[in-house]
Amino acid sequence: MSRSRVGALALVALVLPLAACVDNDPGPAASGAPERALTVSSTQDACDVSSATAPSGTLTFAVTNDGSDVTEFYLLGEDGLRVVSEVENIGPGLTRDLVVQVRPGTYYTACKPGMVGDGIRAEFTVTDSGEAVGPTGDAAEQLAAAEDQYVAYVKDQVGALIAGTQEFADAYKAGDDEKARELYAATRVHWERVEPVAESFGDLDPLTDAREADLEDGQTWSGWHYIEKDLWPPLAADNGGTEYVPLTDAERTKAADDLVGWTQDLVDQVNDPAFTFEAFQISNGAKELLDEVATGKVTGEEEIWSHTDLWDFQANVDGARLAYEVLEDVVEEADPDLAATLTERFAALEGLLAEHGSVEEGFTSYDELTAQQVKELSTAVDALSEPLSRLTAVVTGV
Amino acid sequence: MTGTEQTPEPGPRGVTRRALLGGGLLGAAAVGAAGFVGGRATATTGDGTASGTAAAGTYPFTGRHQAGIVTPAQDRLYLAAFDVTTDDREDLVALLQRWTTIAARLTQGLSAGPFGAASGPYDAPPDDTGEAADLPAAGLTITFGFGRSLFVAADGTDRFGLADRLPDALVELPHFPADALDPARSDGDLVVQACADDPQVAVHAIRNLSRAAFGAATIRWTQLGYGRTSSTTTAQSTPRNLFGFKDGTANLKAEEGDALERHVWVGEDAAAADSHDSSWLVDGTYLVARRIRMQIETWDRTSLREQEALVGRTKGEGAPLSGGEEFTEPDFEVTGREGAPLVALNSHVRLAHPTQNDGVRMLRRGYNFTDGNDSLGRLDAGLFFIAFVRDPRTHYIPMQTTLSRDDGLMEYLQHTGSGLFAVPPGIPDGSLRTGSDGTPITTSDSPFVGQALFS
Repeated sequence: MSRSRVGALALVALVLPLAACVDNDPGPAASGAPERALTVSSTQDACDVSSATAPSGTLTFAVTNDGSDVTEFYLLGEDGLRVVSEVENIGPGLTRDLVVQVRPGTYYTACKPGMVGDGIRAEFTVTDSGEAVGPTGDAAEQLAAAEDQYVAYVKDQVGALIAGTQEFADAYKAGDDEKARELYAATRVHWERVEPVAESFGDLDPLTDAREADLEDGQTWSGWHYIEKDLWPPLAADNGGTEYVPLTDAERTKAADDLVGWTQDLVDQVNDPAFTFEAFQISNGAKELLDEVATGKVTGEEEIWSHTDLWDFQANVDGARLAYEVLEDVVEEADPDLAATLTERFAALEGLLAEHGSVEEGFTSYDELTAQQVKELSTAVDALSEPLSRLTAVVTGV
Repeated sequence: MTGTEQTPEPGPRGVTRRALLGGGLLGAAAVGAAGFVGGRATATTGDGTASGTAAAGTYPFTGRHQAGIVTPAQDRLYLAAFDVTTDDREDLVALLQRWTTIAARLTQGLSAGPFGAASGPYDAPPDDTGEAADLPAAGLTITFGFGRSLFVAADGTDRFGLADRLPDALVELPHFPADALDPARSDGDLVVQACADDPQVAVHAIRNLSRAAFGAATIRWTQLGYGRTSSTTTAQSTPRNLFGFKDGTANLKAEEGDALERHVWVGEDAAAADSHDSSWLVDGTYLVARRIRMQIETWDRTSLREQEALVGRTKGEGAPLSGGEEFTEPDFEVTGREGAPLVALNSHVRLAHPTQNDGVRMLRRGYNFTDGNDSLGRLDAGLFFIAFVRDPRTHYIPMQTTLSRDDGLMEYLQHTGSGLFAVPPGIPDGSLRTGSDGTPITTSDSPFVGQALFS
């Protein structure tokens, strides 16, 4: 498939959801058929849906909370138990859209003022419009499998991370700076691949991965970049005009031990039997990894002393691609055009990265890239990020 | 008068506006004088009505407070920070005198000098640059402020004998988390904020003031802004920032006189509590400027759910997520599914709310900016934040520390420029010297903005 063909498809895909609500919807005045754009008024004791029937396809419920309690709205299956889709946390006076693809059949609508109880229910009939709707496979099973695969990947990566971090810390404590510098970027790759997971544990990310500029006055700096600066000490001119003071042996030991300790925390949390990572978190994580690339790596701000940004860059892309791949079957069915676009653009970005090295062989130092090369990389990241930002809606819309 | 009484005066051009200038000093003869040549008199049609009444509004230049603070926020901004290049106190005073006169003229729709752009001695450059000659005053206000470096240089030098007048609150702002400040876009000895409803009028003002500064001060950095991102009066609707959200819903408004005294204007008590003599700043305020770049592209790829959660308001109406309409007070106690607050703990509206900040409020006067693009083809755009506060130590620094550290929006923001300036009070009504044509003139004893600082 040519590049321009992919571009055209992406554009169509971007426009379609809107068109589905507008163009394909003749409205009651035109045809007498029920609308796909429905309104719902949720009050203390009523759940008024503008129509009890709608044609199959993409339906939009504009749910207004006309009551005084927080409310939520559900579309339930014929058994009254299976949640087809829901919108929660609607404050009084607010309106939220629930956009959902629905096949022909019998459903129930339900408002839940106060967010308690079974809700105020009514039967809702979806007639056959003749349109193909959504995936045909068992989406729930596919998503469960995706979640299992992703958690396995995360466990694998943090396993490699703790081993590498220990080795790195040992070399650094022993004063073997050359070895520590060699291990630095290659070890961080395992961190950068699963960074959204680490970020989901709150404090771990700032403790281990904060950059100097991220700190507030008087705050203690720690983690990878703290050691990075010591391994690649800056000239005074690059250090706010003051001479960089190398860490003492005691400071080195503490920095190294802290890093290992926090990494072990991450390992423990990920290996806790209760640890799960849901499908929407996986797809959001993929987008976040690319955002990380766009804001930090492609600008050379992440590894300001070592200039090993391309390693992190590759690792973020690896992590995003893996996240996409575990969801790929679901996306293939729900939105094959999006799947094709993402596959193509991942390949394009990875091809471009491969021109500058690999995790195994090492990468070009960021400060040796030309402005043109950085721009090319950035353009490829943006080209991938835009369709990737639609992944969660596709995955959760199933 | 108090600033809260300021209203635009879109009346006929020329005569009426000039009458505003000198207050009671102007006699009928002066008002009627036809001798005023050049300037923008040509904009007045034969019957004395304005040619562009829609944007012809003028705000008084004189008053208890400087204009451009509680004045209804105009659409455009051009702000310039200056480095003073002279080390002679008299030269600095002379500059402020020239600036005061020019600002008094420009804000009333007059040319920078008495001859204007197209008359005067033929062998001399015109005393006005001319690009605003046919334009109405467009609500122009010009506001002046003093940076900490004017009082004490970085090396501790008392440059102009002002060190013992440095207000305690004119501090060096701390490094906030994630700051990426560019020194070339930060600080400065003097600041001039020009606001107008026409960008050409605002740029014209700064251009003529910088021209008048050559030899005494030079521009350090400037910022153009458009699309005001706050409302300073209840008569204005709430505008939107570049994230597409309404901005300034809870802003301090000109109508809230008591709150302005409490949160914006420096009072006698503050001056009395200072370790230095800062009585010169009574009825003044502090201007905080922050250039906040927005990661527009990544924001635009963010789900509506996350955008609203980070802001804490709906994108359409601007209602707090706890419910209600735009001006409904957010209820931080309301919880939803699993007991989580509807207005998230890391949402902007919660962290910036007075109830989370010891009740302090600030008067914001920010603008959107778009300075082209960076080398990666991304918009170099964002919010040029301006706030006027009574004391930055209580009214800005604690809140910004919290926001920089905890605000979920910070993932999409980068502070790239910064400035803090003490804004002296206005010059009293009727104190300006006027020439025979009734327009202000500069003499060696002209009153000037910040005069009390030098007395």
